Amino acid sequence: MKLIIAIIQPEELPAVKEELLKRNIYKFTITNARGQGKEIPVQEVYRGISHEITLLKKVRLEIAVNDEFVDAVVEAVTVVAKKEGDKGRGKIFILPIDDCIRLRTGEKGSEAIG
Amino acid sequence: MIRTKILLGILFFMRGSTLLANGEPTAADAMFTVNNTWMLVSTFLVFIMHLGFASLEAGLTQSKNTVNILFKNVSIIAIGILTYAICGFNLMYPGEFNGYFGFAGFGITSPIGSAGLIGYADGAYTYFTDFIFQAMFAATAATIVSGAVAERIKLSSFLIFSTVYVAIIYPVAGSWKWGAGWLDQLGFYDFAGSTLVHSVGGWAALVGAILVGSRIGKYGQNGRIKPILGHNMPLATIGVFLLWFGWYGFNGGSVLSADPGVVSLVFVTTTLAAAAGVIGAMITSWYVSKKPDLSMILNGSLAGLVGITAGADVISPMNSVLVGFIAGIIVVLSVIQLDKLKIDDPVGAISVHLICGIWGTLAVGVFSAEHSLSVQALGVVAYGLFCLIGSILIFTVLKYSIGLRVSEDEEIIGLDIGEHDMESYAGFQIFTVE
Repeated sequence: MKLIIAIIQPEELPAVKEELLKRNIYKFTITNARGQGKEIPVQEVYRGISHEITLLKKVRLEIAVNDEFVDAVVEAVTVVAKKEGDKGRGKIFILPIDDCIRLRTGEKGSEAIG
Repeated sequence: MIRTKILLGILFFMRGSTLLANGEPTAADAMFTVNNTWMLVSTFLVFIMHLGFASLEAGLTQSKNTVNILFKNVSIIAIGILTYAICGFNLMYPGEFNGYFGFAGFGITSPIGSAGLIGYADGAYTYFTDFIFQAMFAATAATIVSGAVAERIKLSSFLIFSTVYVAIIYPVAGSWKWGAGWLDQLGFYDFAGSTLVHSVGGWAALVGAILVGSRIGKYGQNGRIKPILGHNMPLATIGVFLLWFGWYGFNGGSVLSADPGVVSLVFVTTTLAAAAGVIGAMITSWYVSKKPDLSMILNGSLAGLVGITAGADVISPMNSVLVGFIAGIIVVLSVIQLDKLKIDDPVGAISVHLICGIWGTLAVGVFSAEHSLSVQALGVVAYGLFCLIGSILIFTVLKYSIGLRVSEDEEIIGLDIGEHDMESYAGFQIFTVE
């Protein structure tokens, strides 16, 4: 079992979601996030003064899957988000999961994730 | 025709017993009722400007200070109206006086026995209408200060300042012109208060912003300015629309009767100036910042309105466009310039009310042949000195007694928690992902 955390651009979320569903991955959690990567800071103007925004809006995707789905998830995210030469696109982290419990039934492990 | 008859019938029915002493109502009685009704409509239009101020100030400041700014705005109208009843009205309209300071006594009572008597103001309005209309104005002047010192002033100090300022400084200053004092004798003209209301509030806002100091982090080293973003542009926009709406009472009611010719002219000049203010600010902010700034055109409409307020009944419609347009340009340049001077005004109150108030007062001298520019300038200077001295005195006493500013920790956490132990958006979160 793996937990995949992907930090992506907010505008990519609908497309990533579609790609995940195409690959039969239906269970995921998203949160609003702010992050700072290698991108050039964005300039904004407020009442005549321009200022740099370094912490930019991102979306954080969390997907817990059984091992055989890891590649499909990575593919679903990268097929949308990969862009050569454009810094600060985001990252994917893959972590092992010790256990997983489905609240409704009390099932554990791979059963509970799927 | 039928409509007119129905209207007259309603008026006849509504007038009540005070007019019917001599039996048949006269045309003068009907005019009295119409005039008085318009003045009361204007009064509640000015009242709604307080919701405008509250919304605008809340929108242009940070979410962690929203309870505090709303608290101030609600308190101010209460303080303004109560002090005006206790002493303000009789300081501002003392009757016969030396032209500089007069006081007709505490409290309000109808001086001629009956509040409904037609003779009080030549059939234009009653004594109580006079009081309540003017009381709304007094509260407006006080609320201008609130935005300029927002996000760092101690609530108690602010409330004490406002009470003293609106109870004494505002009405005494007002008596010089509207109370038929010395500036009125010289021919100074301020129709609805570019100077008497807006600059009077604006001078205090300037002094307050300087003495209380800038918000933490606003001005960095080497002249670097870090903007502190307002948290709710829709709320700020609602506020400006409400202020614009209320201005029809502010200027329209300042005709002091329902005179069709003058009231409709005032509506036209007021609207044209506001519209031109938006365009002036739009062009200026687009040119200066390379992008059109919503908060600047919001200030621009208010700038146009403040600008035309002194001469709304004596400046021609086409010149009112010019007055508003120039006000719109001035307000943007002033907001940027004040930041360069490190005078931190989160909502642009000083630029809108003081700077454009001065411009509007001088514009009467420029665009109206009957009024002299030098007398207008004298009025600006006289009011400036009086209000500066008054507000420096009050703010300084507060600074060295209970203190003007909240602690650094409180400012960072926010005044909502610091001053009120209360959140403005409990349980409310905006999601941007879909």
